[in-house]
Amino acid sequence: MAKSTQAAAHSPLANRIGPDGNPVALTERAHLGKINLRGDAGDKAFLDGVARAAGVAPPVKANTVATAGTTAILWLGPDEWLVVTPAGGQGAMESSLTTALAGQHVSIVDVTDARTTIRISGPRARDTVAKACPLDLHPREFAAGQCAQTLLAKTDVLIHQVGDTPAYDLYVLCSFSRYLWDWLADSAKEFA
Amino acid sequence: MFLIDCPWCGPRQQTEFHCQGEAHIARPKDPDALSDEEWANYVFNRTNPKGVHFERWVHNHGCRRWFNVARDTVTDRILAIYRMGEKRPKVKS
Ligand SMILES: [Zn+2]
Repeated sequence: MAKSTQAAAHSPLANRIGPDGNPVALTERAHLGKINLRGDAGDKAFLDGVARAAGVAPPVKANTVATAGTTAILWLGPDEWLVVTPAGGQGAMESSLTTALAGQHVSIVDVTDARTTIRISGPRARDTVAKACPLDLHPREFAAGQCAQTLLAKTDVLIHQVGDTPAYDLYVLCSFSRYLWDWLADSAKEFA
Repeated sequence: MFLIDCPWCGPRQQTEFHCQGEAHIARPKDPDALSDEEWANYVFNRTNPKGVHFERWVHNHGCRRWFNVARDTVTDRILAIYRMGEKRPKVKS
């Protein structure tokens, strides 16, 4: 099953070409595996089970990210996380989580195709995003390893700062992704 | 910019939140036993005070969690923020 869905996978941003570097670069990280995970953050058995399956325990501190190799677990709420894997890795992650958490009161849902991910990086990436985002993106308040769900140009996004350059991964609903991509490309123009 | 202190995310802009009406309204245990007037009172009638109002908010563009807010309807000042299931705090406008 995983094979046939992969073959049919189509990115809504497949034909978009963005600014390519200085001072802002846009790229799509298409089809990253995404699992919505819910469970009790106060339950050691749950934290240990996730750590066994994903290589790292879900972060308990609000709006932070835990990573292990190519897997990242983003905090979404006090009992909710997004487990992100490389493209195509969602099936294996879903089964390992299901096995590791068997018998526990949890929810494990593959939401890979709901959103796509736009990577924005470069010395002016922060300024490009900050123009229409109510989050305080100053490094004092928001730095690499932090994530937040917020609004960007009126669109719901999950924003994850992945590097100090800075670089951000923006998780956006596929149906809003062309709008957001075009908005970002336009926002970056003044810095070119 | 009007900031609201989400119990989980900390201060965030008002546009990330929605107010979902008065808090602490208990659903009647046995709706069938209620008169039409009592039911209408539960469904429609609210205290609508000028001053301290206890209300439910949701961080719907953020962590999507619900919490309670005590707000002064005259000044819009937020006097207290407390979690679902907690008793309403004593506040002065
Ligand atoms: Zn929140």
